[in-house]
Amino acid sequence: MRIIVPIKQVPETSAVKMDEATGTMIREGVEAIVNPLDLYAIETALVLREQYGGEVTVVSMGPPKADRAVREAIAMGCDRGVLLSDKAFAGSDTWATSYALAGAIRKLGTFDLVICGERATDGDTGQVGPGLASFLDLPVATYVGKIESAADGHVRVHRLVEDGHEVLDVALPAVLTVVKAIASPRLPTLHGKRRAKAAQVPVWVPKDLALDASKLGLEGSPTRVVKIFKPKITRQCQKLLAGDEQAVAAAVDKLVAFLRAKALL
Amino acid sequence: MEYKGVWILTEQAGGRIQRISHELLTRGRELADKRRTDLTAVVFGHRVAQADLEELIARGADGVLAMEAAELEHFLVEPYAACLLKLIAEHRPEILIAGATSTGRTLMPYVATRADAGLTADCTVLDIEPETGHLLQTRPAIGGNILATIKTPRHRPQMATVRPRSTQPAPRRPGRQGKITRLTAPAELLASRIRRVGFVPGEDKHGIQDADVVVTVGRGIKKAENVKLVRPLAEALDASLGATRDAVDRGWLSYPHQVGLSGKTVTPKLYVAVGVSGSIQHLAGMQTAETIVAINSDPAAQIFRVADFGIVGDLFAVVPILTEKIQKAKKM
Repeated sequence: MRIIVPIKQVPETSAVKMDEATGTMIREGVEAIVNPLDLYAIETALVLREQYGGEVTVVSMGPPKADRAVREAIAMGCDRGVLLSDKAFAGSDTWATSYALAGAIRKLGTFDLVICGERATDGDTGQVGPGLASFLDLPVATYVGKIESAADGHVRVHRLVEDGHEVLDVALPAVLTVVKAIASPRLPTLHGKRRAKAAQVPVWVPKDLALDASKLGLEGSPTRVVKIFKPKITRQCQKLLAGDEQAVAAAVDKLVAFLRAKALL
Repeated sequence: MEYKGVWILTEQAGGRIQRISHELLTRGRELADKRRTDLTAVVFGHRVAQADLEELIARGADGVLAMEAAELEHFLVEPYAACLLKLIAEHRPEILIAGATSTGRTLMPYVATRADAGLTADCTVLDIEPETGHLLQTRPAIGGNILATIKTPRHRPQMATVRPRSTQPAPRRPGRQGKITRLTAPAELLASRIRRVGFVPGEDKHGIQDADVVVTVGRGIKKAENVKLVRPLAEALDASLGATRDAVDRGWLSYPHQVGLSGKTVTPKLYVAVGVSGSIQHLAGMQTAETIVAINSDPAAQIFRVADFGIVGDLFAVVPILTEKIQKAKKM
């Protein structure tokens, strides 16, 4: 089974701090990591390879330093990786990202599955998986929590929805987006790290891909961020300090009275 | 032909229109009024109840476009996308909004790429820019640490998804008039490489989204065992238990409990945040609660910015006493 896993390098968001004065993100000292939810896609692909044979290729788009994310995936056990990196890709929204990744996936040749994480933890959109399926003219099953079987050019998957899960038979080739329930990502091995260090990770630029240059990057993105701001404070908080036992008791009494006054008790 | 009109994408199950559709009518009506244009509700399904289509009109739609076929009974991305693309090509709506549900989050990006349309996920605020008539789409960004307003200047339609439960359903106004059009989906659009062979209902029928009171734990509870400390408080308040992304990532509670942009949006009467710092992505999932109470040892915690009542203190000291006093108050 030939599997392609698109991954994204993201800032470690729990470490992101905002500059209160300017309302911008303080990027210094923020580590770049493989999108944590992509690790589940990598794991799913590696398990399928163990069961059915084949190979796993990772593809990423980002600045040159995203090379490290690709190598981390190789260290986990992926066979090879490729990076899309060029100024022309910068500023891509999910539309342009899907378009570029679809071009790269086409160039990688025939495959059975593209497996994506549910979403990236920085953008939080979850739009690229279905978007690239659409560009590749493939079916997509999202929110996959389990792969029951793969046989005769089909996979049978559980797709988690609001009130339960659907059981779907998906004809290959296809795109899946997977959720955390599907697997526990493995850690890179020492052997894997050595392989990753030695691996050739080609960098592809737009001219390597048969794509329309006007549809790449910021220029090719239908959406524009026009404003970034901190949300307004809309409530007045009655805030009580409860430093010692007495203050705790007093604060709790006030809270109970507050809840009673609002008919919440 | 110019692009005109606001569309909402409804959802149905078993031929009955779902609540999210009525929430979208609230959003859509406001936008259509600002744009001085019509609001159309799009329905895909099989033998959808006529009374439910009429209800869409009563709740604010000017028109209903219902496209039906046996193959559209359940969501399948390819036939749904083909039918929606056909309707978009024929009617050219200016704005199309859908729920950020498992259906909307799959169908909308699949369609936006083909339609050359801009799409913004999980908007918390939708508005019209007065000067240009553009749709202003506001959503949490950068891991939910800040809000971003996004525009689609040149591409149409302008597409967006909004969280379920982030708006009230539009009220029913009997006597409203509108046109219901039932269409049979063309057979050539119904091919699907995905077959739905079964469905297994989930166990969790009483999720946090339906609860009147939600008590949420965050990183401040420090470890999994301390969920036990908060459970009695939730029980005393008849509350469902929620968790922040951090708490779920650490395995303290399971994903269905997660509140926030990356989990569920809740609008309970009372929301009690215990040891929750209040990242914007979390606030995006709960700030429309009617009353918000926060208990946190850090006086500068963001959660206090959206709270009505806050106790700055050690939750391990506060929660047991609060639980006891609430139990007593309830008996009185």
